[in-house]
Amino acid sequence: MSGKVGNQTIAITRKVIIRNRACIVSKKEKAGPLGEFFDQVEDEKFEEETWEKAESKFMKSTYSKLVTSCNITDQDVDCILSGDLLNQCMATGFALKHTGRPIIGLYGACSTMAESTAIGALLVDGGGFNNVVCMTSSHYCSAEKQFRGPLELGTQRAPTSQWTVTGSGGIILSSEGDGPVITNVTLGKILDFNIADSNNMGAAMAPSAASTIITHLKDTGRVPDYYDLIVTGDLGIYGRQLCEKIMQEEGVHFTQNRYKDCGELIFDPLVQDTHAGGSGCGCSAVVLTGYLLDMMQKKQINRLLFVATGALMSPTSVKQGVPILGVAHAIAIENV
Amino acid sequence: MSNSNLELNKLTNEKYKKMVEKASPASPFIKNIINAFIFGGLFCILAQIFNDMITQFSIMRGGEPLTVDAASGYTTIFMVALGAILTMFNVYDKIGKYAGAGSIVPITGFANSIVSPAMEFKSEGHILGVGVQMFVVAGPVLVFGTSAAILLGIVYYIIGLM
Repeated sequence: MSGKVGNQTIAITRKVIIRNRACIVSKKEKAGPLGEFFDQVEDEKFEEETWEKAESKFMKSTYSKLVTSCNITDQDVDCILSGDLLNQCMATGFALKHTGRPIIGLYGACSTMAESTAIGALLVDGGGFNNVVCMTSSHYCSAEKQFRGPLELGTQRAPTSQWTVTGSGGIILSSEGDGPVITNVTLGKILDFNIADSNNMGAAMAPSAASTIITHLKDTGRVPDYYDLIVTGDLGIYGRQLCEKIMQEEGVHFTQNRYKDCGELIFDPLVQDTHAGGSGCGCSAVVLTGYLLDMMQKKQINRLLFVATGALMSPTSVKQGVPILGVAHAIAIENV
Repeated sequence: MSNSNLELNKLTNEKYKKMVEKASPASPFIKNIINAFIFGGLFCILAQIFNDMITQFSIMRGGEPLTVDAASGYTTIFMVALGAILTMFNVYDKIGKYAGAGSIVPITGFANSIVSPAMEFKSEGHILGVGVQMFVVAGPVLVFGTSAAILLGIVYYIIGLM
């Protein structure tokens, strides 16, 4: 029987299998270092009139891909867990309205992929659900429009600013099928270290990532080297350095190259002009579903701790100058 | 400390602030001001060339030469149109990436700040999108610019009475 372990972790004893995975990205992500792992590439507009509709289409197409490539029908999906960055999760609503399946809308900023997977794993573990779709999306243009400024406005970006990934990624969790299994989930709490600079979200989220990783290790009694790879969400280049430093100071040390960050992996900052790296819900979603789970499938890694991080801010909170809150959720994925 | 995080017991807000400052690279200050100087200067040269040309043109046509005020007016219209057109063709943001304040401060930048939200929010319709959002960036300049002008006018008037 599954149960709570330590302070924030739930150990999952029933087999919760990542039965299928899918992702779609835009050309910019395809041109990045992980390009070969993304099999479907679409134009940023995706033949739609608005950026918001385009983002929805990324998610809608990812969902279709997930279900059809798994040889199941919509009716086999017991529940969809999804969210995005747009106000009131607009992209999710319009993307999934046609499915006719129950939906739980989530908001965890860029941590949504881990948030949805954590809840999905618990639902399958509980025994009531068999196929649960966990997914998310983000779009560079719709995110810029909502959180920053018009695309054509001629301003400079800060070196610590990040580039929102255009894309959508998702998985199907099930009690049957083949694939890696989810063994533990550690749900994160909100941390506030008084960082109010929206051009430095990595710094706002780094303590949350460190806190969740340390808690996870403490709760499960594991050492960092238990995992072949620990991957944080979208801290970017400088956020990852901060996270690593915080953990070192707290006495948690990694073996070289065992700790990576999705935001740092997805783009090449020198060639692609992405400054501190990728961000957005889609960032950790497509890196997980395209790259990390591919490595697990090929047995290049067998134990993965996936820690998606979210900067909880809104256009209003930024204007009011209140701090950006950080949150991070961890999912332990293992080949058994 | 505001966070109840037992696992990060060595981290305080003050300490973290210093860590962030150390870890985050600052904007390339010197490079930015040199670029702003060059690009800002180029916009001014362009405006001056137009100003001289239009004055010359009025003389060539054989009529009265344009007054300085009229020539400035035409030049302003030309620069605003140039900024708007460059924005329309997705060029101005690319200039702005290198030029920084060099392309924000000239009046072409003012045109960019109005045309870019108009383009962006066209998807919300002509009234609720373009109409409402058009001055979302330039609004403060207009509000405080006109307010300052009125205030200064009053001061000027009072001084004149004395």
